[in-house]
Amino acid sequence: MSILVNKQSKVLVQGFTGKEATFHSEQCLSYGTNIVGGVTPGKGGQIHLGKPVFNTVREAVRATGADVSMILVPSAFAADAIMEAAAAEIRVIVCITEGIPVQDVMYAKKYVKDKGSVLIGPNCPGIITSEESKIGIMPGFVFKKGTIGLISKSGTLTYEMAKQIVINGAGISTAIGIGGDPIIGTTFVDLLKLFKDDPETEAVVMIGEIGGDLEIQAADYIEQEFTKPVVAFIAGQTAPRGKRMGHAGAIIAGSKGTAIEKMNALKNAGVNIAETPAVVGETIVKIMKNKE
Amino acid sequence: MNIHEYQAKAILADYGVTILKGAMAETLEDAVQAAEILGGKSWVVKAQIHAGGRGKAGGIKLVKSRAELEETVKKMLGMRLITHQTGSEGKLVKKIYLEETAVIKKEYYLGIVLDRAKEMPVIIASTEGGVEIEKVAAETPEKIVKVAVDPLIGFRSFHARELVFGLGLTTIQQKSFSHFVKALYHAYYQKECNLIEINPLILNDKDEFIALDAKMGFDDNALFRHQEIRNLQDLDEEEPSELEAGSFGLNYIKLEGNVGCMVNGAGLAMSTMDIIKHEGGEPANFLDVGGAASAETVTKGFEIILRDPGVKAIFVNIFGGIVRCDRIARGILDATGASGVQIPLIIRLDGTNSKEAVKILQQAKIDNIITATDLADGARKAVKAAGEMGR
Repeated sequence: MSILVNKQSKVLVQGFTGKEATFHSEQCLSYGTNIVGGVTPGKGGQIHLGKPVFNTVREAVRATGADVSMILVPSAFAADAIMEAAAAEIRVIVCITEGIPVQDVMYAKKYVKDKGSVLIGPNCPGIITSEESKIGIMPGFVFKKGTIGLISKSGTLTYEMAKQIVINGAGISTAIGIGGDPIIGTTFVDLLKLFKDDPETEAVVMIGEIGGDLEIQAADYIEQEFTKPVVAFIAGQTAPRGKRMGHAGAIIAGSKGTAIEKMNALKNAGVNIAETPAVVGETIVKIMKNKE
Repeated sequence: MNIHEYQAKAILADYGVTILKGAMAETLEDAVQAAEILGGKSWVVKAQIHAGGRGKAGGIKLVKSRAELEETVKKMLGMRLITHQTGSEGKLVKKIYLEETAVIKKEYYLGIVLDRAKEMPVIIASTEGGVEIEKVAAETPEKIVKVAVDPLIGFRSFHARELVFGLGLTTIQQKSFSHFVKALYHAYYQKECNLIEINPLILNDKDEFIALDAKMGFDDNALFRHQEIRNLQDLDEEEPSELEAGSFGLNYIKLEGNVGCMVNGAGLAMSTMDIIKHEGGEPANFLDVGGAASAETVTKGFEIILRDPGVKAIFVNIFGGIVRCDRIARGILDATGASGVQIPLIIRLDGTNSKEAVKILQQAKIDNIITATDLADGARKAVKAAGEMGR
């Protein structure tokens, strides 16, 4: 078990023959991800990295039975790629591309939901089920198999957390980078629901940041329904108001979306708050040991 | 991206939003000429800077004669306006907007913003205009009407009805308001804004709604298809070092502390600032050199950080995932040489080939390079080094 993706996942890469996509597809293949083909309009019929290239997602799905897609196309075309994948009934759509206009994501997310698919991202490192399937741009070697689920708005901070978990003697079931945009396909709550029912996942680490209220929604959900231990860290405690901190969604608007507001909500919901990003790994491992 | 009031009003007028007659001026001569064209005997002179709170700070003045106009414009152009949003340095006024006066029967608030929880634009209106909407929301939330607009159906008559009845407007006022808010929504949607704020929205003696102030912010990610908006960017309003960093694909925000930070990835960069503070230091900046740090971005990063005289030590915190750390280490050494870093450099490299990277840095035997084993170790060493340098 694990959530959303595993060894059986048949993965398609949209924007397959591009430079970035080629590099990351190679990395995924060497991790063991079952990439069955890719899509680049106009290059259908070619073979790339030993896999077939198709003109459209629909064609690719028909030929390969792909059920997961990784999107690495330029931002101006990314929303279209997301909707194309949903139209072709791809089950899990992972959009790595950053810089997509909010309005585009707004429509794409509604459509994906309507089709019953799951969108991860955009502007995220992707999803990895340790030692099974890596669909994204994260360094695979950091993720050792284990029982901790990891949900994060950030890329490199996710790798940092995974490393800390592993150093402390534990491992990761599935790690998901949900992205730092104002509107994202899959939220903390969506994933907590999946981790709740995943027998392989015993505890969850969630890494939030300033801006929006997804962490507050997570706090509400955890308080009501989530019984597995959760450790959270919120980045941006020292971020100034009104400034966009790298991620399009990481901004304190007026006095809303501060780190302290989110930390308090999570604390009140029974979540263990890591005061610094350096103690997340040891905190979660300690809690799990005490439970045994 | 943000624009000036005069620019926002020009855009909104194109959409049919009612504004007062006005003109922008950068010199006294232009202002006098503009006053003549506008006509009348009194005008309002408004400093054009990207910050709220201008009125209280003396950036908006009513003038009742040509002599008063000249005196006010002379004083305002070239002044540093300090409002609660500008910081202590204030902002240099290079442009003023001259506007005709209006009879104000009542002040309202009208804004449109992306509601991230609902994932659609929400229109916010209030009978309490001219004050900060957050203050109204906190103290008298019953005076606020909110209507979310699902982009799948767009702005409809019922949205307008929810607003006008919510605000308790008379039949005549309803008509003017509905027209106003519809035009405003279209501007928000078509120009891909992330914020429009009309505060105050005034009701005049003829029961017409008019935008007395206007603020517009745009989705940076959508600017590629709005060259007409990009052209409105006023470079004087931006922090020069932040603009320069942006042109090299770096994300830099200047802060007030003594520990410079160079990090790959926005989340890790924010966390690095947090842990510096936790260890008793103050971060001097936010700097994200991008998930895949390269020698070029690192060199540029050093250059920009070092321009801040407040920086007493730099903490380089890079998690080299797919990018190999030994390569980054060599890049850092080149960059250090190229940009002449003299202050302590605390380097934490983690990820692929991190051991080799540390070896490379240590073998280089550069006095001001201190290696760190992890995040906490690096932050501690950086704060300590900055403290010692600052003495």
